Amino acid sequence: MLTINNLHISINGKEIIKGLSLEVNAGEVHAIMGPNGTGKSTLANVIAGKQGYDVTEGEITYMGKDIFELSTEERALEGIFLGFQYPVEIPGVSMTNFMRTAINEHRKYKGLDPLSAADFLKLMDEKRKLVEIQDKLKNRSVNEGFSGGEKKRNEIFQMALLEPKLAILDETDSGLDIDALKIVANGVNKLKTKDNATIVITHYQRLLDYIIPDFVHVLYDGKIVKSGGKELALELEEKGYEWLKKS
Amino acid sequence: MLIRVKKQESRIMEISLQNKILKLFTENKEKIFRNDPLEIMKLRKKAISEFERIGFPTTTIETWRDTDIKKVLSQDFSFYFEPIKEKIDIDKIFQCEVPAFDTNIISLYNGWYTYKDSPLFTLPNGTIIGSFARALKEFPDLVIRHYNKYAKAKTDGFKALNTAFAQDGIFIYVPDNVEAYKTIQMVNILNKEDNLFVQNRNLVIVGKNSKLSLVHCDDSHNHRSSFTNTVTEIFINEGASVDHYKLQNLNNNTTLINSTFFHQEANSNLSSFAITLNGGLVRNDAHIKLNGKGGNADIYGLYLVDREQHIDNQVHIDHAEPNCTSNELFKGILDDHASAVFNGHVLVRKDSQQTNAYQTNRNILLTDKATVNTKPFLEIYADDVKCSHGATVGQLDDDALFYIKSRGISEHNAKLLLMYAFAAEVINKISIQPLKDRIDDLVKKRLRGELAICDQCVLHCKDQEKNINFEIDMSKV
Repeated sequence: MLTINNLHISINGKEIIKGLSLEVNAGEVHAIMGPNGTGKSTLANVIAGKQGYDVTEGEITYMGKDIFELSTEERALEGIFLGFQYPVEIPGVSMTNFMRTAINEHRKYKGLDPLSAADFLKLMDEKRKLVEIQDKLKNRSVNEGFSGGEKKRNEIFQMALLEPKLAILDETDSGLDIDALKIVANGVNKLKTKDNATIVITHYQRLLDYIIPDFVHVLYDGKIVKSGGKELALELEEKGYEWLKKS
Repeated sequence: MLIRVKKQESRIMEISLQNKILKLFTENKEKIFRNDPLEIMKLRKKAISEFERIGFPTTTIETWRDTDIKKVLSQDFSFYFEPIKEKIDIDKIFQCEVPAFDTNIISLYNGWYTYKDSPLFTLPNGTIIGSFARALKEFPDLVIRHYNKYAKAKTDGFKALNTAFAQDGIFIYVPDNVEAYKTIQMVNILNKEDNLFVQNRNLVIVGKNSKLSLVHCDDSHNHRSSFTNTVTEIFINEGASVDHYKLQNLNNNTTLINSTFFHQEANSNLSSFAITLNGGLVRNDAHIKLNGKGGNADIYGLYLVDREQHIDNQVHIDHAEPNCTSNELFKGILDDHASAVFNGHVLVRKDSQQTNAYQTNRNILLTDKATVNTKPFLEIYADDVKCSHGATVGQLDDDALFYIKSRGISEHNAKLLLMYAFAAEVINKISIQPLKDRIDDLVKKRLRGELAICDQCVLHCKDQEKNINFEIDMSKV
């Protein structure tokens, strides 16, 4: 589904990602772990299409297509979803209006008729239960005044509505208490199918108690320095990242 | 100066500069103003000498620094001192398309009050609505008691010019304790083949504890240059409330100088909106005097301008008495080479304790050629007050754009969502639901670029062509 080959990325001339390769297939859950400032969020943003990064070398192919040929919105329409580390507040745009516009853009892309207001509300109602989002949030502006937990749940809620092929969850666990963490993880697990894939970016092992990864990669200084199964996460939790630096 | 006398004996004069206007006054005052009451004539003479002294504002005056009218004044304009005689079907021109918006529509056509039945009518509750010129004849005492009492502005050449020349406009009188009431819609339409210079004078008197909603629409129906210099005085007596909306949707060759003077007595309430969707050069001066305790004024503005358009909003709030509140929120989106000015001046006098005054002006510039000059300004002499002011000028938020696009929404729609959200803060303050829905719709159309202004107006932007298509019933020939 996603193939990253020898990727190099710079911001303002400073190299952040220094030759990263990764292969993600349908049905897999990958966890990318690593200390702060190693390029985890950069990788997520580049896959989703954020501006301001220079790809100096390497390629990313998604479903057989060169990802850099696609705009941000085309990537989303092709099934890529980024769960933001810091979801953006958009005053004045209601959640309902925002998600209905998004859903209908996806439907249009697939050659389907737009969803009626009633059908959309029904769909919203069904999906919000998955992440236990309160009904009243749908009338509020996107993320405005949401608590940290509500914002993260809202990301998973949007993911549930858009049903992506490839979901990248950037530090979705940060700022969550244990109950919220369970809800978010539970949402992600329920959305998992054999046809979609998830990349979980996290700092701590904690989230991986609830979202069980098939593969764990350690990102350090712009490169994947170690890959393994879920047991690698436990090892990291125990020993910290220091032992990897030495090796 | 050219003076041509037309068949209908209306005088057309092409003018361009101050001295030509002065000459016009001297040469025509006996004929044009001969029926005016003495008091009005005195005011005219005083005003014309004031205009002679100060002339048109130039950019050397602080409040005109960023609005240069030299170029528009260099054009040739026609003055009419009598209504232009032509057949118009008012119902066809003024079909209001706001669904479920039940209003009393009154209209000025090329600067003159137009009517079907009567130039001045009295409703069962005692409210008088109609032509200012006619009101001056029928109710001279009432008019003179209020006329030119509130339009006080230092060194305002346009106001002086208006007082010197204005002959007609809208007159509204609401007696005391009149509540439930249909919205009055004042429509000012320009549609003439020469470049008109129009000077209206509107007077609105709202009695104690009464309520009035007033929608003031300025529209043009052709592409000609025109210059409108309107002065409106609105007196709001104790405990009364006024909901006031100015909607401006004019062609790009239009100049509109719109001065509104609100005089508020104790415990009165005002909410006023200036919504500019299109216009060549638009200047809105709102002067609010809070002249009694417990008064409240909410002054809102929204401007969406592009191409070479220029919009200037000036708000002067005079907290002359204690315990009053004023709140200003002006927001604008500027595209292409458009320019905007905001000057908010709040004056809190020495004894006006417990004043609350808030001022906000926010702007989004869509290009690096668009400009905004904003100056929120507080002048406070009392010590027990709560005042704040703020202004921002920025672009659409890149992080928000990325967030929206990452959900599969196109760049174009993402920008529309953000711009609409920005404008909606002002639209949401509109309390008349059908009007709010209509303006909401117009703003969306404007943002989508669907509102081709020149041929359309706020009132019937869907089927103008149908309106002017006369069908002849052959069976009756």
